[in-house]
Amino acid sequence: MKIIDTANNVVALAAKMARPKVIAAYPITPQTTIVERLAQYVESGELKAEFIRVESEHSAMTSCIAAEATGVRTFTATSSHGLLLMHEMLHWAGLARLPIVMVNVNRAIGPGWSIWSDCNDSMSQRDTGWLQFYCSSNQEVFDTVIQAYKIAEHKDVQLPVMVNYDGFILSHTSMPADIPSQKEIDDFLPAYTPEWKLDVEHPITHGNIIGPEYYMEVRYDMQISQQKAKKVIKNVDDEWNKKFGKSHGNLIETYRCDDADIIIVAMGAIGAEAHASVDGLRKKGEKVGLARLRVFRPFPKEDLQKIAEKAKLIVIDRDISVGIEGAVATEIKASVDGKVCGFIAGLGGRDVTHKDIMRMYNLAKENKDGWYSVEVR
Amino acid sequence: MAIKDLPKEEYVLQGNAACPGCPATIALRTVLKALGKKTIITVPASCSAVIQSLYPKTSFSVPTMNIAFEAAAASASGIKAALHAEGKDDVTVMVWAGDGGSYDIGLQALSGALERKTNFIYICYNNQMYSNTGIQRSGATPYGAWTTTTWAGKKEKAKNLAEIVMVHDTPYVATASIAYPTDLYRKVKKAKGIEGPKYIEILCPCPPGWRFDMSKTVEIARLAVETGSWLMYEFEGGKLTFNGPSKGIIEGTKEAKPIEDWLRMQGRFRNLTDNDIKEIKNELKEGWEFYQKKS
Ligand SMILES: Cc1ncc(C[n+]2csc(CCOP(=O)(O)OP(=O)(O)O)c2C)c(N)n1
Ligand code: SF4
Repeated sequence: MKIIDTANNVVALAAKMARPKVIAAYPITPQTTIVERLAQYVESGELKAEFIRVESEHSAMTSCIAAEATGVRTFTATSSHGLLLMHEMLHWAGLARLPIVMVNVNRAIGPGWSIWSDCNDSMSQRDTGWLQFYCSSNQEVFDTVIQAYKIAEHKDVQLPVMVNYDGFILSHTSMPADIPSQKEIDDFLPAYTPEWKLDVEHPITHGNIIGPEYYMEVRYDMQISQQKAKKVIKNVDDEWNKKFGKSHGNLIETYRCDDADIIIVAMGAIGAEAHASVDGLRKKGEKVGLARLRVFRPFPKEDLQKIAEKAKLIVIDRDISVGIEGAVATEIKASVDGKVCGFIAGLGGRDVTHKDIMRMYNLAKENKDGWYSVEVR
Repeated sequence: MAIKDLPKEEYVLQGNAACPGCPATIALRTVLKALGKKTIITVPASCSAVIQSLYPKTSFSVPTMNIAFEAAAASASGIKAALHAEGKDDVTVMVWAGDGGSYDIGLQALSGALERKTNFIYICYNNQMYSNTGIQRSGATPYGAWTTTTWAGKKEKAKNLAEIVMVHDTPYVATASIAYPTDLYRKVKKAKGIEGPKYIEILCPCPPGWRFDMSKTVEIARLAVETGSWLMYEFEGGKLTFNGPSKGIIEGTKEAKPIEDWLRMQGRFRNLTDNDIKEIKNELKEGWEFYQKKS
């Protein structure tokens, strides 16, 4: 079925079709319409699930953790300050190895209240053990939410997944999307069977005090699972592609990279915008390509290394690790050999058009980088 | 019912990591006897997270979820929702939290779960301070008590969490004491049979925190009730009923033992001045008058 709808409504639909048994969520702009739509699905009986109307995001994540630990599939969505309020529980979900799926609509952080797009919310959760996806279209949002459950629940992964996309640019923008039937989704994503659960017939204690002789192993196991997730993500994407004829590029989506001398690396909506810039620059004879990071955790080090061997990289970050540079640029510099130019752009919803990206490209050719358009004018 | 009539089953096992004379352990033993096997408990950061003993062992033999300090009530909502979705409505969900996790940091989540009418039992074992981190003041610490963050004695009186819970229109609220285990057992049993949120607060005198000998836990708990410093009651259907010695004290038919008897047994009150004792007596009287008007 083809629909034309906003990313938020598409997410609500995807969440519904994944058949979670417990949803706990708290409203925040620009995520709110997801929560509203899901509440409607539950109240109308279209979705058979418990909807917990919690009093905060901290409690939303806590309720999801507890429900997931009791053995059922869960869903929540948030944004910005909501995500930050969850921070403690995001670590909790990661360490507890609970395959929760959450959508985060990327939004800036106050003060200076800003409701516009910015990835600092999710980037500051990068060490929580969650897998992180960044989507560039409403179709990708739908496909990724469904895939996220399959990836999170895979026995080699067993980690929570955060699906991110830009506030307003996607959340409130209608685009066409192909939606498979419920039967097709059910075939792709069977009912959840937990690896462990709170069960009165088989009592266990989860999360009591752990001494130094075990804690490192728990962390190490998470690290190994993140590495294994790379393969799982590829396999799930391949399966989706075979069934529904759609791929968004596994860990990174490359475009016109084969003969490129310079490759633009970006995430989310800037990644989509860069598509147009690459075409524009190619028309002018520039040998440029695009690598859109679809997955930020696990970090697609190997894929990036491959492209960095052949081309200079221009990294555009819609985030800043204050005191150093864009977080994606730092991670790429740390993991690949090659020349990398980093731009900070689009913070707090500042528009980044394909023309801006073309200008950044030209600046990078002169080996300039930095804050676009604040310092590199 | 006498103590010997309580069920023989033990859900808090021997060899756990509690201090000798730990009131929280005495209370939990009794509570779990009342709830039985079909119970899932959720425990925020507190002494009880330690009492369970170190991974990979555990001394609780019902499914136990440890959760972050401020998150206990929200986790109960999650567990209950999942159980309901699976059609397992015969399982009791209990929060087992200290006063710090209930009065202070966990209050928002508790209020949320009460308002949402989560069908669970919230038990606050009140040792009147943060024990886990080494005896700091909490919202439940009484006026005048020494803690490591009130060296000269606390300057404020305790808040009344049970009252805050009652105004949430909570179907069942009770206070109890480890010195009266059959009363506690009865209250937990009753709570189990009531639909909606239930709140029970148990006074738990803690030897290291209150500075008394570990052999005196029950004696101090009993004296707290007999002096009227701790009141035992049930609140159900808008009606408040006092139990045990508290009944006589509130109805004025029984004289409370002198509060000094209780204070003098505890090192935490060693530095009280005569003025402080006057202040404490005033506070006690005001408390009783409040409940005399209410009941
Ligand atoms: C967010 C957060 N802040 C602080 C702590 C440290 N902490 C752990 S237990 C505790 C005190 C618990 O006191 P209470 O709830 O009264 O239980 P008790 O230790 O007395 O059993 C504190 C402050 C924590 N775990 N999490
Ligand atoms: S400090 Fe007090 S409450 Fe904590 S384990 Fe020891 S006796 Fe029990």
